Amino acid sequence: MNSLLVADTVSKTFGDFTALNNVSITVPEGSIFGLLGPNGAGKTTLIRIINQITMPDTGRVLLGGEPLQQHHIRDIGYMPEERGLYKSMKVGEQVLYLAQLKGLSKADAKKRAKHWFEKLEIGDWWDKKIQELSKGQAQKIQFVVTVMHQPKLLIFDEPFSGFDPINANLIKDEILQLRDEGATVIFSTHRMESVEELCDHIALINKSHKILDGEVNSIKRAYQNNTFDVGVQVVDDTAFAKAEQELKAAFKVTPGHFKTLGNERKLRVEMGDKSTPNELLTTLKNHGQVTHFMEVIPSVNDIFIQTVSQNK
Amino acid sequence: MSILTLIIKREYIARVRNKSFLIMTFLSPLILVGMVLLISYLTQLNSEDKRTIVLVDDSGKFETVFFNTDQTTYLNLSDQGLEAGKEVAKEEGYYGLIHIDSNPATAESAVTFYGNETPSFGFVGDIEKRIEKKITDENLIARGIDLNTLETAKSSIDLQIENFSGETSSKMSNWVKAGFGGAAGYLLMMFIIIYGNMVMRSVIEEKTNRIIEVIISSVKPFQLMMGKILGTTLAGITQFSIWVLVGGILLVVLTTVFGIDPSSATAASPAASQAQQIAQDPGMVIEILQEIQKLPLLQLVVGFFIYFIGGYFLYSSIYAAIGAAVDNETDTQQFMLPIIMPLMLGIYVGFFAVIDNPHGTVATVFSIIPLTSPIVMLMRIPFEVPVWQLALSITLLVASFVFTVWFGSKIYRVGILMYGKKPTYKDLIKWLKY
Repeated sequence: MNSLLVADTVSKTFGDFTALNNVSITVPEGSIFGLLGPNGAGKTTLIRIINQITMPDTGRVLLGGEPLQQHHIRDIGYMPEERGLYKSMKVGEQVLYLAQLKGLSKADAKKRAKHWFEKLEIGDWWDKKIQELSKGQAQKIQFVVTVMHQPKLLIFDEPFSGFDPINANLIKDEILQLRDEGATVIFSTHRMESVEELCDHIALINKSHKILDGEVNSIKRAYQNNTFDVGVQVVDDTAFAKAEQELKAAFKVTPGHFKTLGNERKLRVEMGDKSTPNELLTTLKNHGQVTHFMEVIPSVNDIFIQTVSQNK
Repeated sequence: MSILTLIIKREYIARVRNKSFLIMTFLSPLILVGMVLLISYLTQLNSEDKRTIVLVDDSGKFETVFFNTDQTTYLNLSDQGLEAGKEVAKEEGYYGLIHIDSNPATAESAVTFYGNETPSFGFVGDIEKRIEKKITDENLIARGIDLNTLETAKSSIDLQIENFSGETSSKMSNWVKAGFGGAAGYLLMMFIIIYGNMVMRSVIEEKTNRIIEVIISSVKPFQLMMGKILGTTLAGITQFSIWVLVGGILLVVLTTVFGIDPSSATAASPAASQAQQIAQDPGMVIEILQEIQKLPLLQLVVGFFIYFIGGYFLYSSIYAAIGAAVDNETDTQQFMLPIIMPLMLGIYVGFFAVIDNPHGTVATVFSIIPLTSPIVMLMRIPFEVPVWQLALSITLLVASFVFTVWFGSKIYRVGILMYGKKPTYKDLIKWLKY
């Protein structure tokens, strides 16, 4: 797969503060890329560099194989974390103005704006001023403004903050559709669980360093530890204690936390490479009725915490 | 449409549609005309106020000196004596009483004014002059000098000024020239102060609306700044034209309807009435008109437009740069001084150095330095400025305008990263290096 965006050993300091330290990322064309990390990790600085708002101290950024140039801003749609529009301007005029700044002709801008307004069912907002809209409503306008010029690369900083769940889903669906139509998407967020299911690729950034990147599935595979959540129905406490003891002798066992309807005992068993799921199942069978047997797939959050603590 | 035109258009529309702008545009001429009419009305009331002054002249020589005028009536009560005169003046509520001693030429307190209020300087001077003249004349006659002979012996010299190419000018011309330059300078200063602030606010707009990142990832800050300056200027010109137009029409209509003469508003002070006297002297008016005709009119008009627009652009670009450096309007105070100072300096240099010596070192230098040149050079142009100085000064003006916009856009870009921090001058210098 071609990579649409490549950041190559990008560094940026502000005075004594290092915002980015030799960060490299590669965003494949047509993918959804998650730029993840806690607050203050350097995500926004990297995005600003991609948007040519600031320049990197060292390193370079390629878009479609070319070093960044002024005209590339038309290929990017950027929704910053700091949301805002001209408050006293009418919605319609504002959308047309911002689209024209991105290089659309007035007629084109009008056509596409109408299309989006219909799609999001916000047609009757056209003549309202932004200050008359609610925050969530203004966010929808912001979304339209971001995607209207059909950029190759869409960048959303904290995309779902400020949306209620219904609108968040609506926007999520629109973004997925844009991806299906060929756009490449970068999500930047510190709420990793909010984008986990959407991303094909991720990069984890912590304290100005990239600590991990790659395809989500292969990262997860690398971090899966042959761990299973199990639920067993046993006759009494003694039987359970016996089972727990046997398991603890071989593996790392912690109490399991998952929802069940019965009164089964729950455990989380980390086997590592000491055993196989089948062997575990056989062992459990001897102690009672197995009701649950589920592999634990590490969440990006878990992976992040694990990596950060390893790197310390 | 180019990006710059788009920005200019949006800025213009945003300014013009603004409610307070609309209100000010149509209210200001009303207020102004109202004020002028009110003042002229009050002045008329004032001048209709006739006063009567009692005259007690013990010497009996001065009655002819105090003749009645439209505003003042003199009541000669010399035969009744000072005390009786005072009584009459008090009872009748007259303005006052003038008492002249029997021998005013030698007495210690020759002339005294009694009254409820302290009379104005003009009044006192007038009384003194009349009595002095009478006594001087009498003294001259007593010393055997014929007054007519003295009058014919008086001489007055008018220095003719002529340059080597044979053009003549007069003292008057210097004042006409300085007046022209001064008026242009003040107009420019007013325009800068009113509309420069508007540019600054419009630059801050993106920050207060939090749209700055969207905008700056779409256009170059330089384009944004330039667009804002030009758009706001156009809005300013629109407003100014409406003011002049509406104000003019209103003034004409109201004066014809109510028959109030607004020029009487200026005739209130004695100095102004002197000016009016000059203006009423037909020879003086012709001389002034001749001087105006002798001015290099084409050069003046062209120079006026170049320096007015150039000067305004330079200053508004400084305002824009300040707007770029701050987050909100309250932080702008500390940066105001460097704007006002060169403006004031320009006016002062213009009025003192240029009128004193239009081609002296001070005048020349300040007419080339960009910040003061719009005002000082405008005042120098009527005195014929060498072409190379004009060229140099205009080039510097345009160059510093472009540089300031560039500088401002640089600050603007860096300023994004400094949300919420109040910048200092030190920060500004540091940002330049980014």
